[in-house]
Amino acid sequence: MDVNETPDLSDDEKKLFEDLMPEDLDEILDTGVNRRHFLKLVTLAGGGILAAQSAVAEQLFTRPLSVPVAAELSSATIENGVNVSLNVNGAARKLLVDSRMTLLDTLRERLELTGSKKGCDHGQCGACTVIVDGQRVLSCLTLAASCEGKSVKTIEGLAKGTSGSTVRLHPMQEAFLKHDGFQCGFCTPGQICSAVALMDEAKRGDASYVTEDVRKKTAPVQLSTEEIRERMSGNLCRCGAYPNIVAAIQEVHSGKPVEQTFRFSA
Amino acid sequence: MRPFTYSRANDPASATKELAGNPNAKFLAGGTNLIDLMKEDVERPSAIVDISGLRLTEIKPIAAGFAKGGLSIGGLGKNTDAANHPLIRQNYPLLTQAILAGASGQIRNMATNGGNLLQRTRCPYFYEVAMPCNKREPGSGCGALEGVNRLHAIFGASEKCVAVYPSDMAIALAALDAIVKVKNASGQERSISFTDFHRLPGDTPERDTNLAHGELITSIDLPPNKFADKSYYLKVRDRASYAFALISVAAGLEMGSGNKIVQARIAMGGVAHKPWRALKAEQFLAGKEATAENFKRAADAEMADAKPLEHNKFKVELGNRSIVLALQMAMNGGKA
Repeated sequence: MDVNETPDLSDDEKKLFEDLMPEDLDEILDTGVNRRHFLKLVTLAGGGILAAQSAVAEQLFTRPLSVPVAAELSSATIENGVNVSLNVNGAARKLLVDSRMTLLDTLRERLELTGSKKGCDHGQCGACTVIVDGQRVLSCLTLAASCEGKSVKTIEGLAKGTSGSTVRLHPMQEAFLKHDGFQCGFCTPGQICSAVALMDEAKRGDASYVTEDVRKKTAPVQLSTEEIRERMSGNLCRCGAYPNIVAAIQEVHSGKPVEQTFRFSA
Repeated sequence: MRPFTYSRANDPASATKELAGNPNAKFLAGGTNLIDLMKEDVERPSAIVDISGLRLTEIKPIAAGFAKGGLSIGGLGKNTDAANHPLIRQNYPLLTQAILAGASGQIRNMATNGGNLLQRTRCPYFYEVAMPCNKREPGSGCGALEGVNRLHAIFGASEKCVAVYPSDMAIALAALDAIVKVKNASGQERSISFTDFHRLPGDTPERDTNLAHGELITSIDLPPNKFADKSYYLKVRDRASYAFALISVAAGLEMGSGNKIVQARIAMGGVAHKPWRALKAEQFLAGKEATAENFKRAADAEMADAKPLEHNKFKVELGNRSIVLALQMAMNGGKA
């Protein structure tokens, strides 16, 4: 749901409100109240605790996921809540998060951006790779609270255009399709985000462990297959699509078509 | 993860003060190790002070003092930026190689220079809270001592702890004689020589370093050296990339006339609870010719003291060969 959307109170909410502040209900309903306003009022009235004890409130706060209450959590419902403003795929987002919440969980559970994947959740697989302020990072080891003022780009933000025939995939996405750079696809969003950021690192002339002489700085760096493999080593693929992933990255990096070679094993 | 309060520090003074007031508070910088350990319930801070926004990121030449003519690296700069800084690539390629040997591109983009030094061991008994571990829970025992200890220490271990220290960057910093500069809540600064920064386990394996609670690493200072063109960081691991070292060797050779070694610097990773300076090998090589035979004798001298455990006896021969190979590669511009 868009954060600016403000639907009216449901019947349940009206009833809860009536329980809590019967004398105010009509007046407030007449002057127009929306759900966000309502939740805020409940909190301000110290109703956070009160509401949690009410049977109606229980229904209200445990309603199915399809109703997006996520963006409207109040500080009373979160222990150690932290307000964070960040930019995600070009849109400003403002939300209150539990201090423990990772950027990955925030993207997936609060902002409905489920492209970034939770593989290991311990920084060992790279499936959660996103681009923060131009750098590829692991969103599973990043606290959302620490992202104040940052710009996050996820797999959902790489293509240009919004829907239908106006969508133009990012060249790295095209190349992964062309070269079949995946099988099950679970690691793919992380692979692609990682590869997109890698292109910039190569342009800057960053070195790697397999760079022959790190004292010689040249920019841009021409990435060999060995260099791509080393620099992409933080993204694991259990299907073993590595040769195709490397080919896709090589094609985008070199700007020239890369021939695919298939061989049957002996 | 257990609940904790979160605050963002605006300057070093308020950050150190906040930590000093709470023995269970921790600094958060890159978070690549701390957040993981919190998920595993190994680290249980009640408060997190986010220092990632502090501007201790500069890399600049040092004009005076012990490290005059060297380079000061901000404690909160990112590993990627340190590895790729032109002055580090040119004058301290050993450090660039060591940083790039560790972790992955994503993690190096997050990890800070100070935080890298404070990585905790990857000993599986430390990570698994159902197992005994004196480092995690003093007095509970050591699961690795007579357990699966293939990855563990061959130098300087104790009955209490046989874990090894995981950082690659720190192994190079040990060979480079770096100095760690820290600041506390009273505003006092002190300099810790790199060999004194990390500790051997002894009876207190719960303490990895000599840093006091609330002290903040402001910079890592590198004195100048004369072996930038004769240095190499060799890392041997179970897979070709994105794995911790079984053994690593940071080697630098300052050469005089006639193939004579003026000074050798050798530090090893994957062998001890701290970066292990191979002082016996260094002493042997001083004044000797840089020959394969002398490299081998230096390695023999160092590895003679190794005390392997049941499953890591291979590390003695591997360490010996790694010292020889790293010295050869240092001499030959990175070629074996």
